[in-house]
Amino acid sequence: MTAATLRSHPSRARRTGVMLRTVAALVVAAIVLFPLYWMLVVAFSPRSELFSGRLRLWPESFTTENLERVFRSFPVLTWFGNSVAIALTVSVMTVVLNLLAGYAFTHLRFRGSTAVLLLAVATITLPLQVIMVSLFRLVTSLGLYGTYWAVILPTSASAVGILLARQFLVGIPRELLEAARIDGAGHLRTFVSVVLPLSRPVIAVLFFLSLLGSWNDFAWPLIALKENRLFTLPIGLLYLQSQNGPDYGTTMAFALINVVPMVILFLVFQRWFVQGFARTGLR
Amino acid sequence: MTTTVPAGPREKVDQRPNTRAAAHTGVPSERRREALAAWVFLAPTILLLGLFVLIPLGGAVVLSFQRTNGFGDGTFIGLDNYTRLLGDPVFWRALINTIVFTVLVTPGAMALGLGAALLLNSALPARPAFRSALILPMAVSGVATALIGLLMFDENTGLIDALLRTLGLPDIDWQSNPTAAFASIVLVTLWWRVGFNMLVYLAALQGIDGTLIEAARTDGASGGQLLRYVTIPLLGAPTFFLLVVNVIYSFQVFDIVFVLTGGGPQNATTVLVTYAYDTGFVSRDQGYAAAIGMVLLLFSLFVTAVQWRTNRGRDVAG
Repeated sequence: MTAATLRSHPSRARRTGVMLRTVAALVVAAIVLFPLYWMLVVAFSPRSELFSGRLRLWPESFTTENLERVFRSFPVLTWFGNSVAIALTVSVMTVVLNLLAGYAFTHLRFRGSTAVLLLAVATITLPLQVIMVSLFRLVTSLGLYGTYWAVILPTSASAVGILLARQFLVGIPRELLEAARIDGAGHLRTFVSVVLPLSRPVIAVLFFLSLLGSWNDFAWPLIALKENRLFTLPIGLLYLQSQNGPDYGTTMAFALINVVPMVILFLVFQRWFVQGFARTGLR
Repeated sequence: MTTTVPAGPREKVDQRPNTRAAAHTGVPSERRREALAAWVFLAPTILLLGLFVLIPLGGAVVLSFQRTNGFGDGTFIGLDNYTRLLGDPVFWRALINTIVFTVLVTPGAMALGLGAALLLNSALPARPAFRSALILPMAVSGVATALIGLLMFDENTGLIDALLRTLGLPDIDWQSNPTAAFASIVLVTLWWRVGFNMLVYLAALQGIDGTLIEAARTDGASGGQLLRYVTIPLLGAPTFFLLVVNVIYSFQVFDIVFVLTGGGPQNATTVLVTYAYDTGFVSRDQGYAAAIGMVLLLFSLFVTAVQWRTNRGRDVAG
């Protein structure tokens, strides 16, 4: 709209304005992107160059030795597999639980609906850190400590997702569900064959948000996992860093393995992601 | 959204008008079946939230009144953990650091986010590319963010000090100087968080009715007046949302501090959560760690209460 106005009044001042803003945006983007660029440079630079202490903004020589060393010295593929397994399980569980709950809150009448919703929403503002010690004790006494489930189960019930699902499902017309019901479909059948197919956009948003959150989660997996072979990538990254000290080449090579998959997914699914945040932000 | 009504089932329904009546006379009435279905659908969520949130919350309250020995059972000691907090200089340091962090990061991330959103909402070539660039740090894990921060701020090999040297400026001891270490945490956090704030503001700006802006412009409003009297008053809801989200995030900050400085030097960057973690899982004083958690809980409850009141106020006003 502003672009159209701009074209109809091609004044010199406006054009200067656009140019100034473009320069400003370029500077901001450069500042934001530079650390990521630098991570790449360091990951592919030989060790000797990093300790020179001189300012150099591009690699003088390219090497994959850091990446090779990471794969040789650490069970990176296992950690990667753990991260994938945990993140996928958490995301699938979150989506299913959130949609079921959202459907119950929007299209089923039952006593105590408001009370249960309020209780669920109240858990959003409760930081994990408040309960981390007693949650650890509980998980231990359930015999889950040091297993995948110790990470998966406590992170799967997300009340934020319930709100998102609820907001979306409210938009499904009641008549549509009633039609299915009158046709003899039970509640579960209605949910599976009517609600789920219509919910693709919110499923995508919930799945992606949950995947990103679980993939990058640190505090709780750090507490809940003990064995090296069950580590997720962020925990492995910290472990590697504590083993290697200030060897940034190796650390950054490994950081790339943690960062690149989500950056790619993020760029691909950005539209949905942006919409999802727009909804939570504006309510 | 597609709202196509499947025609087939409808027609079928019309041919069998008694199904509905039959359901009403059935032994478990329609209403009861609906309620039962609702509880079945909610059961997994209630079970997980109850087991892994509400029970540990109760456990944390109880634990905060206990002295624990390692991970074994505790003994009840009343308010001792809380009185110990009052006389614990590290706790006060962590509390003050948490508050200072919140006071710097919340307005900082919001102002930078608003600025970036206004910039990207104006006439500008390649806006989607700029938006992607600015929100990209959101995809990076906290640990990787902190390690990249370490790479930039390292006193010996870091790029920022190399840049300062090249410009003929003195080095900054990012790791051994308390103030500089704190500043590095704030800067890294801003890098990580600004994109989110921008995204929320950008969504809000794009929801503003364009005719409103045009009307003000034809009335001769300058850019500054437009911002001050039209745009900013319309951003009340997202501003409030971001305020709450940023404050709650700041109370909980962990990854960045834990990996970037580990709370050092000399507790200069210790925050409530890293202190609770060290107390609970390193020195294994779990009752005391739970008491620190209760302080965090009080903060969160306070923020929630403010949000609740303000929201209700807005409902009444609207």
